[in-house]
Amino acid sequence: MMKDMSAMTDPRQPPAPTRAPVFELIEVEKVFQIRRPGAGLRRDTVGLRALDGVRLRVEQGASLALVGESGSGKSTLLRVLLGLDAPTGGRALYHGRPIREVRAEGPRFARDVAMVYQDARGSLDPRMTIGALIAEPLRHFGIVPAGQVAGRVAELLARVGLPADAAQRYPAGLSGGQVRRVAIARALASEPSVLVADEAVSGLDVSTQAQLLTLLRGLQRDMGLTLVFITHDLGVASYLCEEIAIMYLGRIVETGPTDAVLAAPAHPYAAALRAAAPRFFEPLPEPLPGEIPSPLDLPPGCRFSGRCPMVQPDCQTRDPQLGRHGEGRAVACLHPLGAA
Amino acid sequence: MKMDAIAADPLLAVTDLTVYRGQAKILDRVSLSLARGETLALVGESGAGKSTIATALMRLLDGAEVEGQADLSGAGDLLALPEAQMVRLRGRRMSMIFQDAGAALNPAYTVGRQLISVLRRTMGLDRAAARARAVDLFTQVGINDAEARLSAFPHQLSGGMQQRVMVAIALAGNPDLLLADEPTSALDVTIQAQIVRLILSLTRDRGASCIFVLHDLALASQACDRIVVLYAGQVVESGPAHDVLTRNRHPYTRQLQGCVLEIGRKDLLAPEGNVPSHDQMPEGCRFATRCPRALPHCATEPPPLAAADPARTGPLDHAFACWNPE
Ligand SMILES: Nc1ncnc2c1ncn2[C@@H]1O[C@H](COP(=O)(O)OP(=O)(O)OP(=O)(O)O)[C@@H](O)[C@H]1O
Ligand SMILES: Nc1ncnc2c1ncn2[C@@H]1O[C@H](COP(=O)(O)OP(=O)(O)OP(=O)(O)O)[C@@H](O)[C@H]1O
Ligand code: SF4
Ligand code: SF4
Ligand SMILES: [Mg+2]
Ligand SMILES: [Mg+2]
Repeated sequence: MMKDMSAMTDPRQPPAPTRAPVFELIEVEKVFQIRRPGAGLRRDTVGLRALDGVRLRVEQGASLALVGESGSGKSTLLRVLLGLDAPTGGRALYHGRPIREVRAEGPRFARDVAMVYQDARGSLDPRMTIGALIAEPLRHFGIVPAGQVAGRVAELLARVGLPADAAQRYPAGLSGGQVRRVAIARALASEPSVLVADEAVSGLDVSTQAQLLTLLRGLQRDMGLTLVFITHDLGVASYLCEEIAIMYLGRIVETGPTDAVLAAPAHPYAAALRAAAPRFFEPLPEPLPGEIPSPLDLPPGCRFSGRCPMVQPDCQTRDPQLGRHGEGRAVACLHPLGAA
Repeated sequence: MKMDAIAADPLLAVTDLTVYRGQAKILDRVSLSLARGETLALVGESGAGKSTIATALMRLLDGAEVEGQADLSGAGDLLALPEAQMVRLRGRRMSMIFQDAGAALNPAYTVGRQLISVLRRTMGLDRAAARARAVDLFTQVGINDAEARLSAFPHQLSGGMQQRVMVAIALAGNPDLLLADEPTSALDVTIQAQIVRLILSLTRDRGASCIFVLHDLALASQACDRIVVLYAGQVVESGPAHDVLTRNRHPYTRQLQGCVLEIGRKDLLAPEGNVPSHDQMPEGCRFATRCPRALPHCATEPPPLAAADPARTGPLDHAFACWNPE
């Protein structure tokens, strides 16, 4: 597998036309129908726009951190990448072909693209032992001959830092963090080329986290594993991922190289996130002013305008689109920070 | 707050809490104290027993044998009270925010119904008043569209929103002891800060106490007065947050601190080894199999928790358990 980061970070060099990115989202929209507020017993529904015009390219070998407001659509975006949810608008492509189509063709996609779910416990069958859970993808995809399954399971357990006797236990017998490690072992079992992970290391102590992050970073840097990694921890994002995309209410509001974006965020929401990251012995940061708007009732103009410290009159009428903002970066703001 | 004054009147005093699951000793003589109005962080290895401590105090632990004592001021030993009395305490005097919000919420009922039933039971509110209070609580925890979201089922909410629903449910009865098991691990940092501030304003500011299970040491330093560090079911270090984070003596605490990822850090060195399984746990210091400072007798003789400063030996003072401290 080859790394091809140049196309992502250097805008002067157009991507080779022969090689489609691993994932490409073009104006992707996902609307959920939910009960209308105050509808009582009537069955009125209303559309909740969980994703609203998302554009994203993930090149082979890239590592992308997806961060943002809780409820902004990160998990929904991942479900679209995995073909579990069909977008209600726009196109979602895997190597240039519709994801849902590729997924329907057979087990190849499921083997190549592994997933660690946010609800790790809910994603594991409680009636299966940990050993059986990890053996399942090994058998299903024929990764190793039957005689070697037990050995490989033991290897995977050790890799994610679980004791060997965990194989005989059931998910209910493991702590929250241990269950998360099982989910990672299971995802790595099929030897995927893409790992899509939703809060895979949250809820782990920092030393266990360090073991898993160095493992994942090694796989990404040395084996060319493509990573899409949802995290709330900006330190994790900056250690593991070369690029970052920041979401707010169904949209990507800023993307670019992680270090550059975190050193000088251009979008005021990105700046607020950066400022809220925990810091030793500092007072807890003041919350952003204003109410988080409802995805059912977005304000006109910029959806961050009700809480934005930089808001200008035109922000309430014009809806900013993601546009280029310096080297490899893009921002959806009419008055980005640092633009003077 | 004056430390010696509160030491005399602790809200909670846990002594030698030991939990067995079959042969495995999941908690090994854990002692900790909590003063009124104090916020304590419980940190440590995943699987160390943090949730077990909280669940044992709530008396919601299944399939385990529990020894020791846990005195809650004005209520008695939580580990010995009859169940009928525990039922009255839960939600009113003490409540817990569970680690797996998705699993703790009932998938068959709307989140509003779950919150309203807690409000009616703990606060004795009628249906309309409970509903109004529910909208209030949802708004306080930052759930927009509170009215509409009351009729959502758990699976229709994002992970972070489920977590905030749990916070609302736990705070519904104004408890004076809140056990918050990773209440913000699933939240973005702006909402995390908002929720932590909210929990502190609804607990500490009215003299209630709070035990936070968390992994983010920087957050612990911002939100908590004291820190207890746990490794494999044992308390290895405890004391005021400043002492534990800036003058730590236990090699495991030191290791944890060395793994904190500040933004921009790329040189992470992962520690070696893993926690031994319970049938291979050393008799003495449980960290001995991985400790860079281990001495020959560490694995066989359990180090006692001893005061870091011989002049300060109260239950809230800095202490560590190690034969060869840093
Ligand atoms: N099955 C569903 N039915 C209705 N609404 C849904 C459904 N799944 C998600 N939503 C809504 O879509 C929006 C985006 O949810 P999503 O889970 O993608 O957020 P997220 O960014 O992953 O948040 P978190 O960080 O809290 O996990 C939220 O408003 C959520 O309530
Ligand atoms: N039902 C059970 N049966 C057997 N062992 C269990 C059970 N529940 C927990 N354990 C074990 O007890 C130990 C302590 O678990 P606990 O959930 O308290 O850990 P924790 O410190 O909260 O970890 P985490 O940070 O990962 O949530 C773990 O080693 C776990 O494997
Ligand atoms: S467009 Fe205006 S309101 Fe929106 S983020 Fe930029 S400055 Fe703030
Ligand atoms: S008692 Fe020994 S093995 Fe345990 S932490 Fe101290 S030096 Fe290390
Ligand atoms: Mg999510
Ligand atoms: Mg736990």
